[in-house]
Amino acid sequence: MGEKLVLTGNYAVAYAAKLARVDIVAAYPITPQTTIVEKIAELIESGEMDAIMINVESEHSALAATFGAAVAGARVLTATSSHGLMYMHEYLHWTSRARIPVVLALVTRTLAPGWNIWSSHDDFYGQRDTGWILSFALDNQEVLDTTIQAFKISEDPRVYLPVLVALDAFILSHTSMPVELPDEKQVAEWLGPRRQGYVVDGRELLAIGNLTWPEDTEEMVMDLWRAMEESYNVIKEVDREYGKLFGRSYGGLIQCINCSDAKYLAVAMGAWSGDLMEAVNMLREEGYSIGVLRVRFYRPFPHRDIWEYARGVKGLIVYDRAISFGAWGQLYTDTVAGLYQYTTKLPIISNVIAGVGGVNVTAEEFYELTKNFIEKIEGGEEPPRITWYHRR
Amino acid sequence: MLYEIIFYGRGGQGGVTAANILVYAAMYQGLYAQGFPFFGAERRGAPVRAFARISDKPILRHGMFNDTDILVILDHKLAEMDILKQVHVRDNGLVVLNAPDNYRVKLERFSIGDNVKFYRVDATRIAIENKLVVAGWPVVNTSMLGALSKASGIVSIDNIVKAIKSYFKGRIGEINAVAAKQAYEKTILLEEV
Repeated sequence: MGEKLVLTGNYAVAYAAKLARVDIVAAYPITPQTTIVEKIAELIESGEMDAIMINVESEHSALAATFGAAVAGARVLTATSSHGLMYMHEYLHWTSRARIPVVLALVTRTLAPGWNIWSSHDDFYGQRDTGWILSFALDNQEVLDTTIQAFKISEDPRVYLPVLVALDAFILSHTSMPVELPDEKQVAEWLGPRRQGYVVDGRELLAIGNLTWPEDTEEMVMDLWRAMEESYNVIKEVDREYGKLFGRSYGGLIQCINCSDAKYLAVAMGAWSGDLMEAVNMLREEGYSIGVLRVRFYRPFPHRDIWEYARGVKGLIVYDRAISFGAWGQLYTDTVAGLYQYTTKLPIISNVIAGVGGVNVTAEEFYELTKNFIEKIEGGEEPPRITWYHRR
Repeated sequence: MLYEIIFYGRGGQGGVTAANILVYAAMYQGLYAQGFPFFGAERRGAPVRAFARISDKPILRHGMFNDTDILVILDHKLAEMDILKQVHVRDNGLVVLNAPDNYRVKLERFSIGDNVKFYRVDATRIAIENKLVVAGWPVVNTSMLGALSKASGIVSIDNIVKAIKSYFKGRIGEINAVAAKQAYEKTILLEEV
């Protein structure tokens, strides 16, 4: 068993960067991400971590510097939140389309106005179509483990795509929990030396981003799409390997608790999935046949895994901590579209939008909402497709 | 078992540090734990809360809470205001106060369930006697962890001491550990309601 420390979610990111032997970090501070950068700076200062920190004047520059270092062959990490991520957004596309492995830790925070520092998933979903692999952690142990896994996935030749690891503001970022650290040498051996599709270091002539004709561009985009499809297997493989080596794996792209015989599924992503699991435990004790399907990786979207558990269920209730204005919750949209790949006869799938702006949703509230959904269907009623759960 | 604990103090008194040290102590005891600050802005000197959860099983729930099993009060003057009523102490819960010898519990200042026990220790005095004063503020958070150990028994004083020493290295850790042990010895049951 490795060393155990008490770490906040943000410190877990910093320690993961240290364990992965990141060469270069460039980041710009923003609440609630700041303590990631502070801790990395401390680890570098104390000599525990051998890396270079590049101070930059903005998030756009932070990812640009990170990308530049990565193109030159360095293992890199950056971290941000909310508007910082919005400012970085252009470079997210640039990084993935250049097929450069990068890891970004996102401490999810609501967008302004009003000025809100708490967690919603709107900054996360804003990156949906960037071509980044998108993951979301449940607790601080998983933050550490997934960040280490992210380097392995990102630098796999079948993938060569950047990876984003999300953790909820405060609920994880500023909450201390015991976290077990894997052995640094063992992590280094497993990750191996940095791998990437090409290196720009002046030794070879290589042009990136020059004028590209439509057909060539389309092929590049198709390539990226294929790499993302391929990453589905790589993510599973990496999680299995990690489990064998370090004793913890998370079920690949999803984690399904109490699902094997479940007639109903509750679907969620992020830290509040834990509260939902507790609610479902209560419902199980009362005899309700329900499981929790937690999405760990949102891109690639794990439709195969969801279908595996959703096949034959009577209903799914999807909890979203964000909304696509004029449509539905993003996780809901993908769940419905994902299941339609396998069947034209969909079960009842309802969407609850809640916890937006950092509103606390407790296990007791999840219990009431989920129970109500099941009772309605069992009573022959059709539950509403989309509802806002809001209280004061 | 799941215990939820609120540290109520003033910004700068070290409530968040206390919660974090408690997580270490719980970990040494073989338990699961979380510790976290109030999610939002805080000001030095203003009344602030920090939170902890301790369980023998992995803790699935997250986020802040207002109903608590144990309320640790770092400054008894907070118990002169109505502010503590924001927190409800559950049935069979505990209130652990830093207060001088002449302190008397004013129940109307609290929101409590049935069978709640009040414990008291003069952590301010212990801090001053041990010269544990930083920028004019007696450091009471580590002493209150000793008091919490005595009052609740959830985490042993040995693990509190071990946690303090791993959190603060060297001499600072030693002095804080001494204060916690003295507070453990001096914590008394004040009232049972």
